[in-house]
Amino acid sequence: MNRALLKEITRQVARLCQESNYGIREDVHNSLYQAAGEESGLSKKILDILLENIEIAQRERIPVCQDTGICAVFLQIGPGVEIEGDKLGEAVEEGVREGYRDGYLRKSLVSDPLFSRKNTGDNTPALIYFDFELPFPNRIKITVFPRGFGAENMGKIAMLSPAEGEEGLKKFVVRTVREAGANPCPPVVVGVGIGGTLEMSARLAQKALLRPINQSNRDSRYAQLEGELLKKINELRIGPQGLGGKVTCLGVNVEYFPTHIAGLPVCVNINCYALRQASSVVEID
Amino acid sequence: MRPLKIQAPLDEGILRRLSVGEEVLISGIIYTARDAAHSRLIELLKKGLPLPIPLKNQLFYYTGSTPCPPGKIFGSAGPTSSYRMDSLTVPLLSRGLRGMIGKGQRSEQFGRLLRQYGAVYFLAPAGAGAYLSQRIKKAELVAFRDLGPEAVYRLWVDEFPTLVGIDTKGRDLYGVRTNLPFS
Repeated sequence: MNRALLKEITRQVARLCQESNYGIREDVHNSLYQAAGEESGLSKKILDILLENIEIAQRERIPVCQDTGICAVFLQIGPGVEIEGDKLGEAVEEGVREGYRDGYLRKSLVSDPLFSRKNTGDNTPALIYFDFELPFPNRIKITVFPRGFGAENMGKIAMLSPAEGEEGLKKFVVRTVREAGANPCPPVVVGVGIGGTLEMSARLAQKALLRPINQSNRDSRYAQLEGELLKKINELRIGPQGLGGKVTCLGVNVEYFPTHIAGLPVCVNINCYALRQASSVVEID
Repeated sequence: MRPLKIQAPLDEGILRRLSVGEEVLISGIIYTARDAAHSRLIELLKKGLPLPIPLKNQLFYYTGSTPCPPGKIFGSAGPTSSYRMDSLTVPLLSRGLRGMIGKGQRSEQFGRLLRQYGAVYFLAPAGAGAYLSQRIKKAELVAFRDLGPEAVYRLWVDEFPTLVGIDTKGRDLYGVRTNLPFS
């Protein structure tokens, strides 16, 4: 990979770290506006504060939330792009380092999870995901998705038995959101991953959060499941900040994958109202 | 109902008159402290060493802000999930801490502790770090610089918006709002 391209990737990642954190994704923002129109009293007041919070963040170019997260970076690589994995990885890490430093974003990572818990100081390492499904030749699409931990801590995986089926799955998803209560900063967006293995279900749940909430799953059965889960979660009436109300969840996205005859893995990844994501495409000459 | 205005450090008599669910605007001096700062303070207390900040009648804000950009007073600073501090609060209450600002539910036992000590748990709007940073008028690093975002800052706040989450009678907003599924 030539040096100019790697430099451009670093520059883009740095920019996306900042852009993502100074606002929330447009589809979720629109949905939040709608939600504010449906609520009244205290719930409405809280949603209005969240909307004002986004306005201030965009205007002042400061993070919508102080938890600017552990940084997930998705690289979708089109045909015809020659890559050297280690150099590409380093270019992304450097982008995160620069983006978090120059954007005054919080460095929230500790190097060792159990013992020293010492801050790494530059918010690296990033979580880098490679994907080769981009249909456009000679392009790399970069998506930066900072993961705050108020919501991340509320996620769960279950290895259901196949016999538990659709009903068991719905119960698990709704129970997970109910138990999370006020902690993940509702109204939430919920990603559900079904199938694969334990590890794969978690990837799918996170991937589900990359899809706009106004786009249903292309498989009509899963699209219907998304709608039913959304309805059931909103019937919990957890509401904004967990203080009751009509709007607990702004959207549920489901992704699935083939799995083993003996299993039904399911992962629930809860995102706060502040779903932060930004993407850009780098073209290769 | 118009929100009540109170001062920090806190007045115990005024605290006792606050009622769960009430809107309260807080002005005055508060201290940021979250997970790691709590552990450090407790460690100092265990060793019998002096603390870098006062505790008597003080109010803690559970937050770890973003770095302050040039020309601004403080970074984005919303509340973090309070439940993680549940098991770290007794030694601080017993030395005079009388309030904390955070987000989310706390353990059932926590309400009893606040009743015992006459302390209050305040809720700040969750996920509104940019909005809340505008209510901070001055900030000063006072302890544990090496903790980075978890260092302790003294903040001068003006009409910082909160709700009474748990009052001095131990009544919990997440418990008294009857339609909540997780109380």
